[in-house]
Amino acid sequence: MSVRRLHSEQPESFAFSQENLDWAATQIAKYPEGRQASAILPLLWQAQKQGGGWLSEPAIRCVADMLDMPYMRALEVATFYSMFNLSPVGEYFVQLCGTTPCWLRGADDLKDVCRRQIGEPGDISEDGKLSWLEVECLGACVNAPMVQINDDFYEDLTADTFERLLEDLRHGRDVVTGPQNGRQASAPEGGPTVLKGDM
Amino acid sequence: MSERVNVTVDGIAVEVEPGTTILQACEAAGVEIPRFCYHERLSVAGNCRMCLVEVEKAPKPVASCAMPVAPDMVVNTQSESVKSAREGVMEFLLINHPLDCPICDQGGECDLQDQALGYGVDSSRFEDNKRAVEEKEMGPLVKTVMTRCIHCTRCVRFATEVAGVPEIGAIGRGEDMEITTYLEASLESEMSGNVIDLCPVGALTSKPYAFTARPWELRKTETIDAMDAVGSNIRVDVRGREVMRILPRDHDAVNEEWLSDKSRFVWDGLNTQRLDKPYLRVEGKLQATDWQRAFDAIATRLEAGAGQVAALAGDLVCTEGQFALKSLMEKLGSPHLDCRQDGAKLSGPRANYLFNTGIAGIEDADALLLIGTNPRLEAAVLNARIRKAWLAGHFPIAAIGQPSDLTYDAEFIGAGPQTLKELVDGKHGFAEVLAKAERPMLILGQGALAREDGAGIFAQALALAEKTGMISDGWNGFNVLHTAAGRVGGMDVGFLPGEDGRDRDGIIEGCKSGDISTVILYGADEIDRAELGDAFVIYVGSHGDRGAHGADVILPAAAYTEKQAIYVNTEGRAQMTERAAFPPGDAREDWKIFRALSDRLGVTLEFDTVDTLRTAMFEHAPQLARLDELVPAGSPETPVAALPDLDEAGFAPVITDYYFTNPVARASATMAACAEARRTRAKAVGGTGTDG
Repeated sequence: MSVRRLHSEQPESFAFSQENLDWAATQIAKYPEGRQASAILPLLWQAQKQGGGWLSEPAIRCVADMLDMPYMRALEVATFYSMFNLSPVGEYFVQLCGTTPCWLRGADDLKDVCRRQIGEPGDISEDGKLSWLEVECLGACVNAPMVQINDDFYEDLTADTFERLLEDLRHGRDVVTGPQNGRQASAPEGGPTVLKGDM
Repeated sequence: MSERVNVTVDGIAVEVEPGTTILQACEAAGVEIPRFCYHERLSVAGNCRMCLVEVEKAPKPVASCAMPVAPDMVVNTQSESVKSAREGVMEFLLINHPLDCPICDQGGECDLQDQALGYGVDSSRFEDNKRAVEEKEMGPLVKTVMTRCIHCTRCVRFATEVAGVPEIGAIGRGEDMEITTYLEASLESEMSGNVIDLCPVGALTSKPYAFTARPWELRKTETIDAMDAVGSNIRVDVRGREVMRILPRDHDAVNEEWLSDKSRFVWDGLNTQRLDKPYLRVEGKLQATDWQRAFDAIATRLEAGAGQVAALAGDLVCTEGQFALKSLMEKLGSPHLDCRQDGAKLSGPRANYLFNTGIAGIEDADALLLIGTNPRLEAAVLNARIRKAWLAGHFPIAAIGQPSDLTYDAEFIGAGPQTLKELVDGKHGFAEVLAKAERPMLILGQGALAREDGAGIFAQALALAEKTGMISDGWNGFNVLHTAAGRVGGMDVGFLPGEDGRDRDGIIEGCKSGDISTVILYGADEIDRAELGDAFVIYVGSHGDRGAHGADVILPAAAYTEKQAIYVNTEGRAQMTERAAFPPGDAREDWKIFRALSDRLGVTLEFDTVDTLRTAMFEHAPQLARLDELVPAGSPETPVAALPDLDEAGFAPVITDYYFTNPVARASATMAACAEARRTRAKAVGGTGTDG
């Protein structure tokens, strides 16, 4: 992690869509009276989604106002969690796991693919479709190496399959989530190794 | 109260209240625990880990600031493991702390420096690069060197809890955590300077004081502040004859250990715009002269005897000076004198013009009504006390006046006297809240008193106080909040119209009509010169401000840091200032000026030392002799004179610009910078800044 700052260029304003406002109300209602501030994480998350994958300063203020909390407190939360992007991201935001198991299984190769196809971490590809960041363990070590793109995991990657995946996303083709090598979830590679016969 | 708990600290047995922390128990035993984040007036954070101690049967050292005592706990603060734990903490703290003490303003009074002496090791095992943090902008008062920050979060907690402006925070996390204000704006607080004292290292230091002096070369004088009527206890640090800075002193009953920004940063105003010579207006222009000629001019004027002489006292003047001038006026046979230069309709016994509850008493109250006052601007430190009581809970607050952010929830129930009347008649819901409360209080501000119908409003407020049980045995919830440090002292010595004497409005009227031909303005700078007509104006004061500009004779006097004098704060507490520096040039202490003038006018005053003056003054006002005591003032009384009809106009704010309320503040470049910063900020956020 590095020092996280608000983006240098900020939109004029931010307002939740009606749909998101209704959704926010259900989130806030989960907490007792006077404890609305507890809903800050879901609200910031929704604001990030609506804002195209990143949180702008007006969005942070908007959420703080909704929860009746000081702007500073909301900014603290937004800068604390790495799940909040403070600068714009691509349409497909790749979070590449670089922690030990993935690294041992070839995460460095995936990084090279990203550098080639997208650019340096944080850069957005010229067509605005892709950007990437290295993140810490996403908890799918058994399917290492893996990346998270927007809401989905893509696992058991190799440089080739990953490159193809990025190309498919870039061109709007359908992609399969989960393991990219035909494996079923986190079952053994190449099919079951035990309990194969009749009992 | 539950049973007290026995604890042993380093073999010393102490008995403490349950719920006390180990750190407090250690202090009770006289054992000092090093700490950075812990501060007794802030919430416990427990993040610096410097206060580790060993507790018997505990597997690891515990953070004593956050751990409550248990019965029969045995604490050891001197063991080898404690020492090595603290050394470990210190080594971590110093990993990212720059070794720039020689160029750091905190040097010589730095907690980290002091404690590194006790627990630091002489070398570092850290071989990587130290962390560097970008500078943060925090306005014209607080200078930041954030690389020095050790993340104790005292400033964050102060801003959130005490000042009530949650604008400082810690962004990022781990090694990247940084303390900053939201979008690096200056703190919208009248108490922001306190973060400088709280910062245990040199991360937040005083911008106006930056690189000007070292603590060991300053002469420190413990004295009293005069920027507002709170009477904050201060320490004035002087090098040579120049005031270098002002710091607060502890006084639990007055300012705890806080100080408002105006009181703290006004010192450059004490060194500029000073009157250091008598001046005389010759052919329309003020010319420097000497005392003799200035006195001659006054004598010539008075001997001509065309009309009467009157005197008005200002906001910053001391009790001795006002008593001397009052005595002089008596000798001259003039009853026209007034210390209420704002025209506040205050009179009667002491209880009528004091903050009877006492500042510390606010914490005992359980309901509050503010009438025509904005304590945040008028007495910032007192406002912090109201906030403290409000934070403690069960403290409903309502206010009549112009709505503004007071740093706590106050319900603005009306704009003017009409609402007060409704409360008296029991027509408003808050009257019931007051009546139900056990110890309700009201604060009557100068915004309600300094108007034509002030006496009527006073009577209504008193009626409300009596009706809602604010005044009873052992509780007096009727309070007047003053804005001028000299006012209560002036009222105490009777610097008020004598028999058939004119008050402020009468004096102005008299000047216009020509009945009054000579006016002595004793530090009274808020009087419009144009209103005094053709009267001959003698200005006695310390600064070349509004009063001096229109004067015909100027007699230079001492400022509040340059004399030993009694000031009485709004609660009636008489406190003695000490001389931190000498008045500049030919300027003299106030009472000496009046004594010398009386001699020249042939009506010599009896006292020729400050002691004989005080003896005479104490005869008149014995409560002044009891320094730092709250002398009970009894119950307030309704004025006997006919009461004016209430005007419908709402209460106007007393202070429109917090940073420019008096001649010293107006002479201060720092205050001007603050006012400018606040204007810029108000513009940036769309004009929602408070009235300051």
